[in-house]
Amino acid sequence: MTFKEGHLLGLEHVEKEDIEFILKTAKSFREILERPIKKVPTLQGKTVVNLFFESSTRTRISFELAEKRLSADSVNFSSSTSSVKKGETLLDTARNIAAMKIDMVVIRHQSPGAPNFLARNLDANIINAGDGAHEHPTQALLDMMTILEKFDTLRDLRVAIIGDISHSRVALSNIHGLLKMGAKVTLCGPATLIPREIEKLGVDVSYHVDEVLSRVDVINVLRIQLERQDSGLFPSLREYHNYFGITRERLDKLTQPITIIHPGPINRGVEISSDVADSEHSLILNQVTNGVAIRMAVLYLLAGGENVNA
Amino acid sequence: MSMPNKSYLTTKSFDRLPEELAVTNAHLIDKVEKLDAVKTVIIKNGQIDGIHDQLPDGYKGEQLNGDGCVLMPGWFDMHVHLREPGREDEETLQTGSFAAANGGFTGVACMPNTQPAIDSQEVINYILERTENNLVDVHPVAAITCGRQGEQLAPIAEMAEAGAVAISDDGSPLMNAELMRRALEYSKMFELPILGHEEDANLSKNRHMHEGFYSTKLGIAGIPAISEEVFIARDIMLTAYTGGRFHVCHISTKDGVDLVRQAKAKGLPVTCEVTPHHFTLTDKVVESYDTNTKMSPPLRSDEDRQALLEGLKDGTIDVIATDHAPHSIEEKEAEYIYAPFGITGLETAVGLIISQLVEQDVLGVQDLYNKCVANPRKILKLAIPKIARGETANLTLFNPGVTWKFKDIRSFSKSQNTPFKEFPLKGKPVAVINKGQIFISPDLKK
Repeated sequence: MTFKEGHLLGLEHVEKEDIEFILKTAKSFREILERPIKKVPTLQGKTVVNLFFESSTRTRISFELAEKRLSADSVNFSSSTSSVKKGETLLDTARNIAAMKIDMVVIRHQSPGAPNFLARNLDANIINAGDGAHEHPTQALLDMMTILEKFDTLRDLRVAIIGDISHSRVALSNIHGLLKMGAKVTLCGPATLIPREIEKLGVDVSYHVDEVLSRVDVINVLRIQLERQDSGLFPSLREYHNYFGITRERLDKLTQPITIIHPGPINRGVEISSDVADSEHSLILNQVTNGVAIRMAVLYLLAGGENVNA
Repeated sequence: MSMPNKSYLTTKSFDRLPEELAVTNAHLIDKVEKLDAVKTVIIKNGQIDGIHDQLPDGYKGEQLNGDGCVLMPGWFDMHVHLREPGREDEETLQTGSFAAANGGFTGVACMPNTQPAIDSQEVINYILERTENNLVDVHPVAAITCGRQGEQLAPIAEMAEAGAVAISDDGSPLMNAELMRRALEYSKMFELPILGHEEDANLSKNRHMHEGFYSTKLGIAGIPAISEEVFIARDIMLTAYTGGRFHVCHISTKDGVDLVRQAKAKGLPVTCEVTPHHFTLTDKVVESYDTNTKMSPPLRSDEDRQALLEGLKDGTIDVIATDHAPHSIEEKEAEYIYAPFGITGLETAVGLIISQLVEQDVLGVQDLYNKCVANPRKILKLAIPKIARGETANLTLFNPGVTWKFKDIRSFSKSQNTPFKEFPLKGKPVAVINKGQIFISPDLKK
């Protein structure tokens, strides 16, 4: 099991009990974040490097804050181009890090499997902060934590993930996590953005957003990358918004309110309209706060912590 | 007889055959000569001098123990990349020839995606001259288009005259159907087959593994099976229309095999080959994110793999070829989506063929005569060596009973980008003989 091996590479290989334990630990850290002094000495003396090969603002800041609040020493490495393009292989980068005696590595990379590669070659705890279209486990954990602040349990909860499933690491991690926790997962988006054979993971697929909205409790609305329309996957952002965008008119037709989450950053007016994003049913800002707590929990547990004495 | 072990770095040439050599008590298989029995073959001055039930009394020459081994006419690999000229850091004509010999092959056809490409008489001559005295026969395949750019026909007649055995833009598909039509028409004048790299580049661009459940789960953009199949369908139709000869390289999908089966049923001159890695592995192994699982075409689903085995069984698939594609460590030690396509194959072929096909009752060891000896040479219009008195000794000796792992042998290739380092293999090459020379595969490392 990956988590007990000292890494968080994805939720696919993390057991339900471990997910529950991370969520419980994060809840304790969430309380710390509400205190006037938000810092604890738990990771004092540990060194964490944030290795970001792909631009990211919120995930990087969230990890950095989590590290600082746990009193870890953290350093940042950001490069929008892969190391291979600079002439240095990822393995060399990894070996250099190892030589600097670092305890934990948070990695964001455009190539799926890059964190697995580091885990094989480095004697450090590896945390996947997003690898291509593969996984983004801390995002799924914070999504589940946010949902659980509103619902008692994920068991039998009906969750729809709406948007570009093909290019989404958030979708895959959410699917693995939610299914393990007993939720029912529906994917919805244009057929060109639903990857083949994904039903085999245990989800159902629909291309009709109104039908999906009428039968779920929570929707996780994914960001539509603006460049996707140029690659011929759908005709235009306007058409996407008209047929898949989450708008007030669509929600007004529902008999029951629906809870809305979004991994951010939001393209207002594309996948979600502004009034919906800012409505009382939207938990988008709670997600951001919970993100820090989840990352604190993951760092803490990987470093060998067991119970938080909050 | 014993030969000293040599490193490929210092090995300059193959060893001469002793004046007289007896390969004793080997299982001889030669379908043309109707041989399928344990015999002793005596070779004198590079020629087969006699085939005996036992070593004749009073024989005084050298001996090579063939107990438990199979002796066939020399195996031929019609699809290898030897990287010279241009990427001598990955493989050379010399190291590639030694890898072929160590893998049990006495002949190979080398693909034209070199730098410069094999698209002129000069490069053909260069390769033939450099390998003239090799034990391993190296037959260059010429590019269809200049620089393999897919724009203008290369000087096919000149290259055929210089010794090219086929034409191919392997590594890249010929996207222009009009040019493919003209290539089929033009090459038929010289009876040269076209070895087709079947891939619609629009369907496969920026994609890195087979599209299916595993590509979805791993988040790696997938190359659909149809990218191969629409091209096989197109080129079969062009072959029917033009009357050229068409051979599908490294076939990998179920519907692709069906298309070739249908073409053969119609009597079209269409043939195809499969690689050991495609009939052994499936896309599931990409879960390791090991870049040695990345090749083109990609490892397909298990359903496709089963169809390849069926195609080998019913004769739809004519040939086993390795697509030996050496890459440097630096290139392969990259992220999955940045690593180049291709794995080495020459030295693991016999082990995979015996353990995956013969041991699993897909093929009998006798069937390997067609797939590895006769069919590749028939397609390329080369003479098929025979085990008969007076013939030049061109022989492959392997032991189908030996179990081994690639990591335990000394590899003669300059590159070791194979997913089979730890893979259990059964069946190991022992020696090859050709052109008055002999190569004995070294024992396993202790």
